[in-house]
Amino acid sequence: MVSDRIAQVERILDGVMDPELPFLTITELGMIQGCDLDEDGTVVIRLTPTYSGCPATDAIQDDIKSALQPVEPRFRIDIVHAPAWTTDWISAEAREKMRLNGIAPPEGTSADKAFLLGKSHTVPCPRCASEDTRLVSPFGSTACKAHYQCNACAEPFDHFKCF
Amino acid sequence: MADQEHEWILRLGDDALVLAQRLSEWCSHGPALEEDIALSNIALDLLGQARALLTLAGQREGLGRDEDALAYFRTDREFRNALLVELPNGDFGDTIVRQMLFDQFAVLRYEALASQTVDLELAAIAAKALKEVRYHAAHSAQWVVRLGDGTEESHRRVQESLNMLWPYTAELFEDDAVSKACNEAGVLPLNASFTARWTEQVRAILEEATLTCPESTALLTGGRSGRHTEHLSYMLAEMQVLQRTYPGAEW
Ligand SMILES: [Zn+2]
Repeated sequence: MVSDRIAQVERILDGVMDPELPFLTITELGMIQGCDLDEDGTVVIRLTPTYSGCPATDAIQDDIKSALQPVEPRFRIDIVHAPAWTTDWISAEAREKMRLNGIAPPEGTSADKAFLLGKSHTVPCPRCASEDTRLVSPFGSTACKAHYQCNACAEPFDHFKCF
Repeated sequence: MADQEHEWILRLGDDALVLAQRLSEWCSHGPALEEDIALSNIALDLLGQARALLTLAGQREGLGRDEDALAYFRTDREFRNALLVELPNGDFGDTIVRQMLFDQFAVLRYEALASQTVDLELAAIAAKALKEVRYHAAHSAQWVVRLGDGTEESHRRVQESLNMLWPYTAELFEDDAVSKACNEAGVLPLNASFTARWTEQVRAILEEATLTCPESTALLTGGRSGRHTEHLSYMLAEMQVLQRTYPGAEW
């Protein structure tokens, strides 16, 4: 019974899309840290924001509420800060989906501080796969992305930063 | 936990909030679209940090004040930010030099906070913020180098920015009863302990930028105890007017 409720919530959460990357679910992005029951029988969903100021966090909470309300009204969303979200939690499938949608996925792991040391590593163009690309700006259309351009096919594109 | 810790967290939160508000003034006024977006993104990161920090400060204070009560319903004399972050944006050179001076300090402060184990909630917020401010620091340092080591005019103008802002930096490293109490509780080293590394890193950036590091003379201070420049009052008037006119308004 208890596990049924949790399983149902997890199934519903699997259908909640990220508003800024609408082809990925919040689960695929690693934003759900877990669900369980508290002593009152309320389902507690632990949500971690990607960036401190990500405006999508409020929108995501609203989306979770409207998805869960009709089937599981007894729930609560706790925002958790530790451990800090990292792009390492983005699955390989999700990275492939980013590429197919024109966004260059994070390269390597967050332990790689290449950018911070002034060296940006190779970010292949999601359109033509050329490795001849250049960083236009480290801050792109949203906080989590940098703005790149492909020197081979001239396509401007977003790169999901390693974080 | 130090009983003055909430006061100390308020300083951190106010640094982030006030600088976020200043940077957001650049939105749609940036020198280039990319930089407009960059400054807005940095403002958003800082605002997110401020929200988490002010929420925590309110909880530690225990008087029932939430992030909105602290952001919108305190007067200028009750703000605890350093003077550096409340100064008007000036031109892009002024803004980016201020940002570099602050970012280099913010990285050191968040590194220390993220590694302490006395206040784990504060450590979690700091660990997240640290990742963000490292990106900001890389960006602002790169711009200072580009402008300092750029044209004759860009060099002259950012040197003037630096000379104008430098007297405000010493305040970041001051200690008082609050910071000493937090240090004794193990939450954070004294602000003065960041001086050497900050100076070393800033000097390295300035050297690469071919800029001259000003001799520190005047010490402009007072923000931590609520004695601000008039600029903060005007800024808060704009930031707070809606909530003060229609308390609790949402949109
Ligand atoms: Zn290409």
